[in-house]
Amino acid sequence: MTDDVTPVVRGRGLVKRYGRVTAIDHADFDLMPGEILAVIGDNGAGKSSLIKAIAGAVQLDEGVIEIDGVPTRFRSPIEARNAGIETVYQNLALSPALSIADNMFLGREVYKSGFMGKYLRMLDKKHMRDFARAKLTELGLMTVQSINQAVETLSGGQRQGVAVARAAAFAKRFVIMDEPTAALGVKESRRVLELIKDVRDRGLPIVLISHNMPHVFEVADRIHIHRLGKRACVIRPGDFTMSDAVAIMTGAMQPPEAAAA
Amino acid sequence: MTDAPAAAGAASGPASGPGPASGRTPQDYETAASRESAVAAFDVKAKSPLDHFQHFLHANPTAAPIMVLALSVAVFAATANNFLTAFNLSLIIQQVTVIGLLGAAQTLIILTAGIDLSVAAIMVLSYMIMARLGVEGGAPDVVAVLIGLGAGLACGLFNGALVTRMRVVPVIVTAAATVALLTLAGLSVIWAAPVGILLGLAAGGAAMSGKLPAGPSMQFRLPPFIATLGAWSIFAALSLWYSGGQTVRSQSIDAEASLLKVFGLRVEILGAQFTYGSFLMVLVFAGLWYVLNWTGWGRAVYAIGDDKEAAELSGIRTDRVLLSVYAVSGTLCALAGWAAIGRVGSASPQSFAEGNLDAITAVVIGGTSLFGGRGAVFGTLFGALIVGVFRSGLSLSGFDPLWQSFAVGLLIIVAVALDQWIRRVSA
Repeated sequence: MTDDVTPVVRGRGLVKRYGRVTAIDHADFDLMPGEILAVIGDNGAGKSSLIKAIAGAVQLDEGVIEIDGVPTRFRSPIEARNAGIETVYQNLALSPALSIADNMFLGREVYKSGFMGKYLRMLDKKHMRDFARAKLTELGLMTVQSINQAVETLSGGQRQGVAVARAAAFAKRFVIMDEPTAALGVKESRRVLELIKDVRDRGLPIVLISHNMPHVFEVADRIHIHRLGKRACVIRPGDFTMSDAVAIMTGAMQPPEAAAA
Repeated sequence: MTDAPAAAGAASGPASGPGPASGRTPQDYETAASRESAVAAFDVKAKSPLDHFQHFLHANPTAAPIMVLALSVAVFAATANNFLTAFNLSLIIQQVTVIGLLGAAQTLIILTAGIDLSVAAIMVLSYMIMARLGVEGGAPDVVAVLIGLGAGLACGLFNGALVTRMRVVPVIVTAAATVALLTLAGLSVIWAAPVGILLGLAAGGAAMSGKLPAGPSMQFRLPPFIATLGAWSIFAALSLWYSGGQTVRSQSIDAEASLLKVFGLRVEILGAQFTYGSFLMVLVFAGLWYVLNWTGWGRAVYAIGDDKEAAELSGIRTDRVLLSVYAVSGTLCALAGWAAIGRVGSASPQSFAEGNLDAITAVVIGGTSLFGGRGAVFGTLFGALIVGVFRSGLSLSGFDPLWQSFAVGLLIIVAVALDQWIRRVSA
């Protein structure tokens, strides 16, 4: 990779042990500005531990993570979020009965200014609605009828869209997406992939965890292949086929030396 | 809500057909996913009138209770003698005041997908403390009321600690030790118990702010149903112990602590008789409506009931919010107790044996889902009024009281069935 650019995330020698099991075994990790980095790996390869460590949900035993060149250690996902890192969880972490606008601001509500906000803690619903509408419109998601609609009345893809829009709206550094297309049909997956690219094109780097090879190969700029707790290599989707990627992932093929660094 | 065709037209948003990254000819299966890109939009189904009705009820949780209330009033107005008089309608409001207040407390808990089987027991314990302190303990009225409210708060915190990860050991040790020492020192239980409760609360506060060791970490997180079932028995036993099984008589309260009966005072407006308790009830509902709909705390309450894990991931400190919900609910139960003294006149440890189930009934008929996260607090007010209207209407129509229970049971079942149907609302 180019050395003159500071990576958004740079992890070196990351180790996480659970008792005798080493989930992350001296793994490295790099996320470059403005890219979609897919992380693939067999079940149990340790990719979710790796991602959780970056998102602050798992505490590392060894290793250094630098965020924008600064060594950082998040003690909780909230700390990571406060630092501008948003995660789109596989279960979306949306509250189904609340409206789209409420969900966008869940846990970070905006209060009115002045007496009502200060002493009566009154929410600034109009601001939140307008903001939510603007963000959804930016991403071409205002196909939903109303911003006050409950999330449970949306289709799976639309819900995913709301979760992605929320992450994109509040992320300052990068977004982590965990299996964003796993629960979706073909058409909805397409729409979500478009969305992911839109978010990238707005300058937010994305870490994409996915099992779906066609999706990974379509949207990823680089692919981080995780195997046996460490980074086997990073490839560019143009240089390798999906079968190659799967072969490296499962150990059937040696990772290419040049790309491993 | 806009209609389906318009939304479907707008749904074919910005969908282009990009190929995979260049540098290599894409393999057949890699492009397969891109082929349908022209129709890559979120589908919007056409809706039938029934779907629209379902969506309407889904978006407006108080709509169903309001319709049932209006319908039942209309039916009884037509069939029962003297039903539709200002006096009778205001009497119904008086009759539902205590259960309405308990229901408000219960609604908060149920919105978090919990249930509190001890609401009536908290209420009875609180009003026994108010009455005995005021009458036999010789406490000034205001002090008696405040300590009673504090007891409700303490009971709520106790329940809250059981269903969250909060540590309760310093609280219980302080409270129990205080009561034991003061009783040994010859102080009457009438004063020893409230002082113990207040010191326990203070210890809890100190432990939370780190001024006292918090004690062993007992991560209870018990299911609310079982935890409050236990609490119900405990609180009921404590009321019997504190009151010595004795009722505090109406005349004594009038003589010694008339403030306790303030919510029983009546005002007459155009032939209708309202008690201050009825106004208190409306005020409490309005206050809860505000905090639930217009504050971040309210959003958090709904989010926790809806999907606790999602709320946690969204950055809501769920245990804190839950603890505060139980605390507010306990205090509201004590407030209901104050109103109950005014309504009943005397203070008996044996009263309101069914208060707890009546409160849950009001919540359920009011359209709040027992599964949490759905409903509105005003629904509970309408739910309590529906029960009151049915009881009054059936009784004025000359039915045997057993048919009142029958009707209420039927209402509960219909309400739960409706809730299940509404919850299945789809895109």
